[in-house]
Amino acid sequence: MISYVANRAIQFVLALLVASVVVFALMSILPGNAAQVALGTNATPEAVAALEAQYGLDQPPLIRYFDWVGGMLAGDFGTSYVTGAPITPVILGSVQVTGILVIAAIILAIVIAVPLGTFAALEQRNWIGVTISALSQIGIAVPNFLAAIILVIVFSLTLGWFPSQGWMAPVEGLGGFLIRLVLPVVSLALVQAAILTRYVRSAVLDVMREDYIRTARAKGLTRTKALFVHGLRNAAIPVITVAGVQLATLLVGAVIIEQIFVIPGIGSELVRSVANRDLVTVQGIVMVLVLLVLVINFIVDVLYPIVDPRIRKAS
Amino acid sequence: MSENPSTTSAGEASADRRRRTKLRLNSSMIIGGVLILLIVALALVSFIWTPYGPSAVDPVARLQPSSPEHLFGTDRFGRDTLTWIMYGARITLMVGIVAVGIAVLIGTPVGIVAAVFAQYPWGAWLGAVIMRANDILLAFPALLLAIVFAAVYQPGTGPAMVAVGIAAIPGFARVARSGTMQVLGSEYVRAAKASNRSVPAIAIVHVLPNIASMVIVQASVAFAISVLAEAGLSFLGLGTQAPVPSWGRMLQESQQFLSTQPGLALWPGLFIAIAVLGFNLLGDGLRDRFDPKMEARGNG
Amino acid sequence: MDENLLEVRDLTITPAGAQAPVLQDVSLSLAPGERVGLIGESGSGKSLTAQSVMGLLPEELRAEGSVSLQGFDGNVLAAKEKTLARMRSDLVSMVFQEPMSALNPLMRIGDQIAEVLRIHGEVRRGDIPGRVLDLLTSVHMPDPASARFAYPHQMSGGQRQRVMLAIALANSPRLLICDEPTTALDVTVQKHMLDLIAERVAAVQAGLLFITHDLAVVAGVCDRVSVMYAGRIVETGSVAQIFTDPQHEYTRGLLASSDLESTDARGKLYTLKTALSYAGPTEAADPTGVAGSGKEVASDDADEPATASTGEGLSTDTSAPLIDVSGVSKHFRSRGLLLRRRSPVRALDDVSFSVAAGQRLGIVGESGSGKSTLLTILSGLDRPTSGQVRVGDIRVESASSTALKSLREDLQIVFQDPFASLDPRMRVEDIVSEPLVARGMARDERLARVEEMLLAVDLDTTAMRRYPHQFSGGQRQRISIARALVTRPQILVADEPVSALDVSVRAQVLNLLTDLVDDYALTLLFVSHDLGVVKHLCSDVIVMKDGRIVESGSTEDIYANPREDYTRSLIAATPSLAGALASAT
Repeated sequence: MISYVANRAIQFVLALLVASVVVFALMSILPGNAAQVALGTNATPEAVAALEAQYGLDQPPLIRYFDWVGGMLAGDFGTSYVTGAPITPVILGSVQVTGILVIAAIILAIVIAVPLGTFAALEQRNWIGVTISALSQIGIAVPNFLAAIILVIVFSLTLGWFPSQGWMAPVEGLGGFLIRLVLPVVSLALVQAAILTRYVRSAVLDVMREDYIRTARAKGLTRTKALFVHGLRNAAIPVITVAGVQLATLLVGAVIIEQIFVIPGIGSELVRSVANRDLVTVQGIVMVLVLLVLVINFIVDVLYPIVDPRIRKAS
Repeated sequence: MSENPSTTSAGEASADRRRRTKLRLNSSMIIGGVLILLIVALALVSFIWTPYGPSAVDPVARLQPSSPEHLFGTDRFGRDTLTWIMYGARITLMVGIVAVGIAVLIGTPVGIVAAVFAQYPWGAWLGAVIMRANDILLAFPALLLAIVFAAVYQPGTGPAMVAVGIAAIPGFARVARSGTMQVLGSEYVRAAKASNRSVPAIAIVHVLPNIASMVIVQASVAFAISVLAEAGLSFLGLGTQAPVPSWGRMLQESQQFLSTQPGLALWPGLFIAIAVLGFNLLGDGLRDRFDPKMEARGNG
Repeated sequence: MDENLLEVRDLTITPAGAQAPVLQDVSLSLAPGERVGLIGESGSGKSLTAQSVMGLLPEELRAEGSVSLQGFDGNVLAAKEKTLARMRSDLVSMVFQEPMSALNPLMRIGDQIAEVLRIHGEVRRGDIPGRVLDLLTSVHMPDPASARFAYPHQMSGGQRQRVMLAIALANSPRLLICDEPTTALDVTVQKHMLDLIAERVAAVQAGLLFITHDLAVVAGVCDRVSVMYAGRIVETGSVAQIFTDPQHEYTRGLLASSDLESTDARGKLYTLKTALSYAGPTEAADPTGVAGSGKEVASDDADEPATASTGEGLSTDTSAPLIDVSGVSKHFRSRGLLLRRRSPVRALDDVSFSVAAGQRLGIVGESGSGKSTLLTILSGLDRPTSGQVRVGDIRVESASSTALKSLREDLQIVFQDPFASLDPRMRVEDIVSEPLVARGMARDERLARVEEMLLAVDLDTTAMRRYPHQFSGGQRQRISIARALVTRPQILVADEPVSALDVSVRAQVLNLLTDLVDDYALTLLFVSHDLGVVKHLCSDVIVMKDGRIVESGSTEDIYANPREDYTRSLIAATPSLAGALASAT
């Protein structure tokens, strides 16, 4: 168990290292340079050179890479070439906002999907199971921004229950915070819940066909009870994998929802930096997002052996 | 040979009958196929005929609801929404084809090669490195990669297609690798090795035909994902640029008129959903069709 | 009627949407404490019958008829899941075939046993741990105290099957159903398991419904036998009656083809077709004593001596052995994480033997004995860690790829699994001609050879354009054999070629193999876990255990006078019809 976790941790660190090189290479080496991008195509070479010198862009790439990584390790993502302000506070503030959104959405998705998917599997031959199945198939096909627009039309513009946009930090007022959270979280969660429902359903169906469920029934459990006692934990293994992937997808998928609801999350910050040609900020945000995705993968990897004793011994 | 010529006992015959499965088409495949055909037809017809020109502006008929003249209504410049939907189908399909093409052509060989390397003592680490690299690429979701591309290059359909394609590579590499591993571990490959077949010959004769079905399923699913990604990018203004019609940007531009003209948002939304649903259903149907578990059901 | 423990009447099962039933008018009864065997080959419907009794039929099957059980009100087939669950908890238990998947992988063994006791509810909560320990002890689990805390994946197949038995017997059922409980186990383990089932069933005075494909097994365990064929019960009777005086043609055929000790007048195993002349299980059948088969023999007699002499000719004029294996070891390093190194697994440990041209060598061993690894090395698919292997004049352990090529022209393999060893997406003609492609032979010539080979294995040439899934297991194994022989190799290596086949098909394939070995003057290496098959087919035998050769010599010698304990226990554990019958009557 310990060696398994240690092994995963080493893989995580290595992946992070490689990812940082990729991000750096993509943003800093390949196309001209950040100063050129920041100033636009019709900037004079002198102005570009001046900006390069100001931010140390005339240094060799290797040194700039180590500067960048060293800075991040010390908690400093650098300074924006466009605004001249430090990037770190911007990233930290917006990551929190996105974090709240994404975690609320995945929890909501799980709460909806696990019972629904299990039920759909148990009733797979009835009209209700088929209906759940069909609805989830349609749900997957609805992009979250379309869901958001429909929700806004219905619950905000027509019924007026929730504001159509805006954000309030919890410390500024819990009620205002919660009421602004509902539509964005629901629009993120619905699609994920639809996807997850299908996975839960097929995982439960797979488990129901297992021999040990038959054994449990032979012991005197009913089909449903056998599923709850023996099946769900087994079905959890593939579902955890999918939920992890979804959490990662949501982190980035929230970009569009943040735009629609004008929420100051990391996605909004990313899009704004792209529009402002602020490559250093883009680079920092991308690295943070990749870090979070890798952290999620690591957590999922560590969850496996807790659920499944077979993995505790093997590599 | 001095044995009885007839070989099939009754037991063998019944096993024989069981193995012959009839299932060819299923409802998921049919519905998915019809939806995809609808989108393809829209795109093809748009080359010959559309109700209006894509840039035909009609200042009098702005923000119209559905009517006999404008079946899906008009936008803020009085342009015909149906025309734009038809043109948008082109972009949607093109992005899907190019992105999935990139991912299939790179991901599949990479997966096969990684699996083949893993067969040799000298290549095991190389195979492992390839798959590790693949895992790291997985940490860059399609949308993120596309945003980075849009930041570094100019935003546009081209970079979006490439980014979505690159992000889809790991999926294909994984599918191809696990399929290849399965095939290479099979007894019929051992038999082929014992028959002096070379590794490249085995890869072509045995591996490719046997993993083709899995790759096709993955392609269908990846197509759905790339339709979503393109729509999302265009919605953010980082994908297809004006004035080229695209569903995602139509949706984005509709936002200011949600209270007065919700149809502007619903039509492009509906067609995005139809395209995604079509490819997802097709993928599901193909998976059921190819799944050996489904075929070998029902042993007494 | 009511005094019977189990009464199955006119059970007919039809899959949803299908016209033809898979099970038709099955009637069966079992008195309290009686042991009934239900025997049949794959697809005969024996497992479905058992599942009907348990109320565990898959939902997509529709069952008609009645199943009544002493102590249970009404028809099991019509009962609700809740009442069925009660019945399974109180009255009937079941042991399944597959010990690897029948236990929940995420739950400790002790908890899985305790669960039955809790469901049944007759043992007080506080007494449950003690009772679990008792149960594990009663099935002779080694170190029962710590076995409670083990997970299923930490146990061997035999141990898991003991756990299954403990679970099944925990609630003192009136009826125990065993569905092929030993089929997945090694013979020596099977022997222990069968003894244990008999012992425990007697101890708790339960009735037993024992389902198997193996006649020899059923004879040792049961009082009465029902024979199933194609969804019907064709014959029921006492063990002695079924074995000595079978009434139905199929029973006779099954009995005849199960018996590897007896051969017909031409020295062939009996098949369903030649079963009429089968006289019943005897220690050593005397072919000349069999009446009524004379005319059949006469017609085929002519080519027998000729082929035999070809075989002899090659073996006599070769002085040096054709295959020479000396001091071969193979160690597998299980790949540890990063720095940790685990001790290597010794799959083969200092193995030496030699095979003369034309010899038929059997290699016998249980799972993990290293017999398959040995084949892999002999055929050049893997290299030994140390030691020398010579085949003809090729040093296999250090052979260049061209040398390996010529080795594989001379040495071909028939694999175990007829479903896995043929590429499902290739036509039979391409499968069989594959070894010739590597040789660079022209297509026309290849197809001519394929045609010839298919005829040789008794398939007709219409098979060429078809795909493997259109053939039955036995036919696929013929295709496999055709592929192996198409290059005209000197040596044929067969890796458990009949262990996945039904008994009646097995006899046909073995007969074919015998013929081909004669006709093509092959040197045969036959790997098997089944002593009976090896005894029939091979002149010499090697017994392997844990990667070592335990004993070797001529087949007759080894079977008559085994020197090693392991060989003795292996022979004793192998079920034989004659032996089982002797003990039953």
